[in-house]
Amino acid sequence: MSRFEESAPAKGGFSFDLCKRNEMLVQKGLKPSSYLKTGTTIVGLVFQDGVILGADTRATEGPIVADKNCEKIHYMAPNIYCCGAGTAADTEAVTDMVSSQLKLHRFHTGRESRVVTALTLLKSHLFSYQGHVSAALVLGGVDVTGPHLHTIYPHGSTDTLPFATMGSGSLAAMAIFESKYREGLTRDEGVKLVAEAISSGIFNDLGSGSNVDVCVITKGKREYLRNYMLPNPRTYVSQKGYSFSKKTEVLMTKITPLRELVEVIEGGDAMEE
Amino acid sequence: MMHLADSAPVTNNLLGSEADSQRTMYPYVTGTSVIGIKYKDGILFAADMGGSYGSTLRYKSVERLKSVGKHSVIGASGEISDFQEIMRYLDELILYDNMWDDGNSLGPKQVHNYLTRVMYNRRNMFNPLWNSLVLGGIKNGQKYLGTVSMIGVNYEDDHVATGFGNHLARPILRDEWHENLTYEEGVKLLEKCMRVLLYRDRSAVNKLQIAKITDEGFTLSEPYSLKTFWDFNAFNNPTLGAEGSW
Repeated sequence: MSRFEESAPAKGGFSFDLCKRNEMLVQKGLKPSSYLKTGTTIVGLVFQDGVILGADTRATEGPIVADKNCEKIHYMAPNIYCCGAGTAADTEAVTDMVSSQLKLHRFHTGRESRVVTALTLLKSHLFSYQGHVSAALVLGGVDVTGPHLHTIYPHGSTDTLPFATMGSGSLAAMAIFESKYREGLTRDEGVKLVAEAISSGIFNDLGSGSNVDVCVITKGKREYLRNYMLPNPRTYVSQKGYSFSKKTEVLMTKITPLRELVEVIEGGDAMEE
Repeated sequence: MMHLADSAPVTNNLLGSEADSQRTMYPYVTGTSVIGIKYKDGILFAADMGGSYGSTLRYKSVERLKSVGKHSVIGASGEISDFQEIMRYLDELILYDNMWDDGNSLGPKQVHNYLTRVMYNRRNMFNPLWNSLVLGGIKNGQKYLGTVSMIGVNYEDDHVATGFGNHLARPILRDEWHENLTYEEGVKLLEKCMRVLLYRDRSAVNKLQIAKITDEGFTLSEPYSLKTFWDFNAFNNPTLGAEGSW
């Protein structure tokens, strides 16, 4: 987690060295990074024994679906998972990075990781990049202090909530949560509500789609239910299959194993150190 | 010949002349979402009574649901003064219809069509009526529910909403609306949607009216407020186990 020390002034605090250049860029027409609600529905909710996270599985590149079945629920620690919306590379990288930091921390302290630790590491990283790391996260887990659920915004602010939604489908999912959530839900009721909220995002938001992933975290146990629901199956598959007609005549087939081309000289001089 | 430049702008320049003081460039006093559903006996609408002036809640008794003739109800979100103008157009339309005195009366489908033309033509002149309208009614047992936006986009459906209602209420309606809702079920469904809007739309106010139109006629409820729940455990002590965070 090393930072480039050259740009930070010896006194500490903010470095304003880039302000003049940023001003000039804005005048030339560069738009500063605005809050992006991107193609995703991610949710989290706290139930009586722990937290349940949910996510859709569509990854978009503008108007095109790039990945029909991607994984948006990222591993942070055995007892902590994190859903990510925004730029896929940013969510992937930032959760990987903090996951590694948590592991090192676990070795150092000899204790189970706490959700607030992951929260602080994530929020201070995102804040220092002033919103340019476009990652909107729903972080949930169960540690010694109990179940926790947080949302983290790209600029580094956080909320602690009983239920949360993020991404472009967040309003559709939140409509379901606001009308049906209550405290003291059982595991099955919670999973059903999470799946309903994600489905609402999948069917009412164009940026979300495909399948529902769910992750249930309780004290000492976690269940990662990949593709818990598949409400968008491929309906028509051709029975006949496909056959490609042969156009070119094959004259000769020869397979050359590459290994044999390497000559190994036995008993030569030892390599230079 | 240096004076030629002054006289040109008024006719050539579409955007940026004296005539601009007459165009709607941005809304001032606005109403938020309206929701409408078809039910067994006719149409039900719900809208709150807030008129916001930017980020201030300026007016708290704005009636955004009005009857149109004998068969229709209109609900509007957006600029309130433009809604009042639309009501003047509609009142004139109904008056001329009544003057024929031929036993015929304009139904909801016809009023919807008229509104679509008005909105679209204003949009083409770059002087829109800054509203999103929902129009519903029942004539001779035939139910009709439609919507028109400020640029003239119109369609009809079993349930419609404007503004935030599209994002927060439509998903719930798509799941829970069905044919032949009773009046009580319909009101309960609308209240469910209005409650979510109250929680999540910053310009919503807790004072709403329900309008009903059936073959018997039009009724507008007295303003009332919804019960809300803010007592979740996590809200009471959000930093439990995490002292110093927020």
